[in-house]
Amino acid sequence: MAAAAAGAGAGAGTAQEKQFPPALLSFFIYNPRFGPREGEEENKILFYYPNEVEKNEKIRNVGLCEAIVQFTRTFSPSKPAKSLHTQKNRQFFNEPEDNFWMVMVVRNPIIEKQSKDGKPIVEYQEEELLDKVYSSVLQQCYSMYKLFNGTFLRAMEDGGVKLLKERLEKFFHRYLQTLHLQSCDLLDIFGGISFFPLDKMTYLKIQSFINRMEESLSVVKYTAFLYNDQLIWSGLEQDDMRILYKYLTTSLFPRHIEPELAGRDSPIRTEMPGNLQHYGRFLTGPLNLNDPEAKCRFPRIFVNTDDTYEALHLIVYKAMSAAVCFMIDASIQPTLDFCRRLDSIVGPQLTVLASDICEQFNINKRISGSEKEPQFKFIYFNHMNLAEKSTIHMRKTPSLSLTSVHPDLMKILGDINSDFARVDEDEEIIVKAMSDYWVVGKKSDQRELYVILNQKNANLIEVNEEVKKLCATQFNNIFFLD
Amino acid sequence: MGEEDYYLELCERPVQFEKANPVNCVFFDEANKQVFAVRSGGATGVVVKGPDDRNPISFRMEDKGEVKCIKFSLENKILAVQRTSKTVDFSNFIPDSSQLEYTQECKTKNAHILGFCWTSSTEIVFITDQGIEFYQVLPEKRSLKLLKSQNINVNWYMYCPESAVILLSTTVLGNVLQPFYFRAGTMTKLPKFEIELPAAPKSTKLNFSERDIAMAIIYGQLYVLFLRHHSRTSNSTGAEVVLYHLPREGACKKMHILKLNRTGKFALNVVDNLVVVHHQDTETSVIFDIKLRGEFDGTVTFHHPVLPARSIQPYQIPVAGPAPVTSQSPVPCKLYSSSWIVFQPDIIISASQGYLWNLQVKLQPIVNLLPDKGRLMDFLLQRKECKMVILSVCSQMLSESDRATLPVLATVFDKLNHEYKKYLDAEQSYTMEMPHKFVIAVLMEYIRSLNQFQIAVQHYLHELVIKTLVQHNLFYMLHQFLQYHVLSDSKPLACLLLSLESFYPPAHQLSLDMLKRLSTANDEIVEVLLSKHQVLAALRFIRGIGGHDNISARKFLDAAKQTEDNMLFYTIFRFFEQRNQRLRGNPNFTPGEHCEEHVAFFKQVFGEQALMRPTTF
Repeated sequence: MAAAAAGAGAGAGTAQEKQFPPALLSFFIYNPRFGPREGEEENKILFYYPNEVEKNEKIRNVGLCEAIVQFTRTFSPSKPAKSLHTQKNRQFFNEPEDNFWMVMVVRNPIIEKQSKDGKPIVEYQEEELLDKVYSSVLQQCYSMYKLFNGTFLRAMEDGGVKLLKERLEKFFHRYLQTLHLQSCDLLDIFGGISFFPLDKMTYLKIQSFINRMEESLSVVKYTAFLYNDQLIWSGLEQDDMRILYKYLTTSLFPRHIEPELAGRDSPIRTEMPGNLQHYGRFLTGPLNLNDPEAKCRFPRIFVNTDDTYEALHLIVYKAMSAAVCFMIDASIQPTLDFCRRLDSIVGPQLTVLASDICEQFNINKRISGSEKEPQFKFIYFNHMNLAEKSTIHMRKTPSLSLTSVHPDLMKILGDINSDFARVDEDEEIIVKAMSDYWVVGKKSDQRELYVILNQKNANLIEVNEEVKKLCATQFNNIFFLD
Repeated sequence: MGEEDYYLELCERPVQFEKANPVNCVFFDEANKQVFAVRSGGATGVVVKGPDDRNPISFRMEDKGEVKCIKFSLENKILAVQRTSKTVDFSNFIPDSSQLEYTQECKTKNAHILGFCWTSSTEIVFITDQGIEFYQVLPEKRSLKLLKSQNINVNWYMYCPESAVILLSTTVLGNVLQPFYFRAGTMTKLPKFEIELPAAPKSTKLNFSERDIAMAIIYGQLYVLFLRHHSRTSNSTGAEVVLYHLPREGACKKMHILKLNRTGKFALNVVDNLVVVHHQDTETSVIFDIKLRGEFDGTVTFHHPVLPARSIQPYQIPVAGPAPVTSQSPVPCKLYSSSWIVFQPDIIISASQGYLWNLQVKLQPIVNLLPDKGRLMDFLLQRKECKMVILSVCSQMLSESDRATLPVLATVFDKLNHEYKKYLDAEQSYTMEMPHKFVIAVLMEYIRSLNQFQIAVQHYLHELVIKTLVQHNLFYMLHQFLQYHVLSDSKPLACLLLSLESFYPPAHQLSLDMLKRLSTANDEIVEVLLSKHQVLAALRFIRGIGGHDNISARKFLDAAKQTEDNMLFYTIFRFFEQRNQRLRGNPNFTPGEHCEEHVAFFKQVFGEQALMRPTTF
């Protein structure tokens, strides 16, 4: 339920406007059970950003959120409030574990205009932000925390509030800096996974490689395989893979792009004369296997937290464009010997496999003739396997998700998505946007497709025909109703 | 006789050795199946050839007198040579060990060594006329250690290496046989038994020879085969072979009698669990199968030859000498020669020609020699290389010229399925516990291999993959396999997926996608959608593929009515009214469409006036 507060009218733009994108105002986590009595309210707060805020204000803000959630519960007991709209900002609430609340406050985008007398007039654009986008961002914050730290409850069991606070501080202090609220969009709602298209034979070769590696490195519990930052195989369950994929593609891989661009003569490589026959290297863990002092520390991740609650070491190893994640039980500490053995077994085979995939991919591309850019911009998402495909986004930098279309169009996509979420039935929505743009949203079973067309003087029938054509070429092998 | 008539043959590649002559003595070791050619007592060389090793072992040894017996221990580790009646000499053939000979004298005083047998790579048994001595050889110490011995008067002995049993002939007549069983340093005395001699033994001297005895494993059991030249029963003439079953535990028992119906000189072989009896006088052989039904008299079963007597297939000896020089045609080999020596189970040696053959059974000619198809099947099913022959019999029975009657076919099918059932039961009891991860990895590896050679993957393999994954709740893995089309599309697979929907909802989507890709399953897609009450989706789909003129209106109206969504019913009803109008120029349903009930319902809900009116021109 969205509680809307009083709004102000939107003004027409003038020549000298300055725009400010949405920004993170505050972010806090609290548990009302921890300070139920008066005077103990501070105990409720587990994490607060920005930390510089005065104590009483923190308490007030937390209290306000608590009150809003409590109050709105009266109207909708089963679905507590998700967000609060105000003129200047929007607050998002999330209760990922019982009584643990996460709140994110985002400032609405601002347009600063010059009035006739030269004074700046600030105008908040309170209808710009999409609830679902930022609610999803908030949920992702929790998922990411949980991936590396386990659940809040587990931290409480392990070391009480003190440990939980330490973990939250350590994680969110850095993580919040990487939230780029100005470039969040539909894809954040989906939290999808881009799958690498591959022919059956090459896929089976990868299966065979993974099974062999798991056999020879017997401690490996799960394996994931990616190529070109796209997923090919996940031994992890879907939800765990979803967040791990997010971490790999938006954080770990981009951090390692630079040494790769520097080429094979990078310092890391020249120090390893023993490995000249392959291009494998660790993205997590030891940098230089020849250094006897090399540290074999791997990130620890937590998976299946509702069920078996497993702690694992995440070993990410890459050769050319192929990356493998080996996950081993956290109780086993990988030694340098193990890393060397892994390198000597996996390195050569992965190098060969990577070039096989590359070659096969190029052949397939030539056959299908999909080399030319599709004439449409579209986003596709399948809720069942989280498969996502976008020709709108060019995610190349870690800091920013670049889109090739106007933010207004992205907002229409978000609105259509919200419409789809309201009903179960298959639907189709066609929107005529500004300057010859048409936006089409289609939902068939669990799949959603958003198309942006730019055709001069096109009418509804023509647009419909174009989308049909697109479906026939791009999605002919799935059951996608016209 | 055409080649198609011979059902026994000598192997194509015999072991060839230097012919026996005054300076070259030839020995055969039954345990290793090796032929030793000892020239001048070993001084000018010993050449050892086995059936499997094409590289002969050759060495020299000092001529210390006439060699009586020479044998390698198992794995060719130690060579034992008997030159005197009291001692056996040993030399090591282990790399990096001393090759100096060492000698062992038999323990029993005044005893004469009849021979010796290796029972393992370092264990040896001396058989003397006064008993047996079981030794362990210590090659590094170059000495022997007595493990066990037994005093008993011995006339002659026989060794069956396959079962590690030594049989001793004892008593004056020699017809009381004492078996010993050897295994890993132990010697076990088995119950002795007596062979019934033909007629009343008047004489008191040994008239029972080892030539008439053989030991062999038939259908997994050890038998002592006794060739009785004259039947005990006066009314039947001709010799017979008596089979004594020698179990590992319990007493020896007479089980089978093979009726030869002729007299003369015989020799025995056992090939593929068949007893082969060669008859020198007629130069023919017969075979017996103790598993085939015989005449049971309450204690023993009498068997007759399975097939008419036939000669072994004529054999051409390749002419010796460098191939390019000699272009003469090969020389026919004299079969059933008096210089042949037969060893168990399937060995025939011609010392004078320098050949060792394995005897083989040819199954294909038997097909025509055994007219009773039921008996033929019984016979073939017990043979090693039977599958192709059985297939050919089956196809022959269906062919126009040799068509079998239905009762015969029925018998054959029953026999085949009787065996098949045994196999299935055995397979079932052979359920290995394997970790599912391994099972899936193995299946993936197999599917990959099939794909690599572009062999279609059978549905049952896909089924096994799915079953294994579903059993362990690995639905996400299954989803990924399907996503990359590792499991090929098929209607049965799509149906299997549909059935999984309640455990894993995305299976519905996967199934529909698969049906769509098959492009021959449009009816199934419509059924699936209707069963999910997606009536409009079903209609849109069938219209999309242009099949909406041929669908049953009643089916869709039924489904629409079941949804209890009146607007949906209205839409579907209207669609068909329009179709009627377009196809027949009238919106009304014809009686053949059986939609009266739906028309009535439509009128009841929306009123008569809501029905579409016929367009008038």
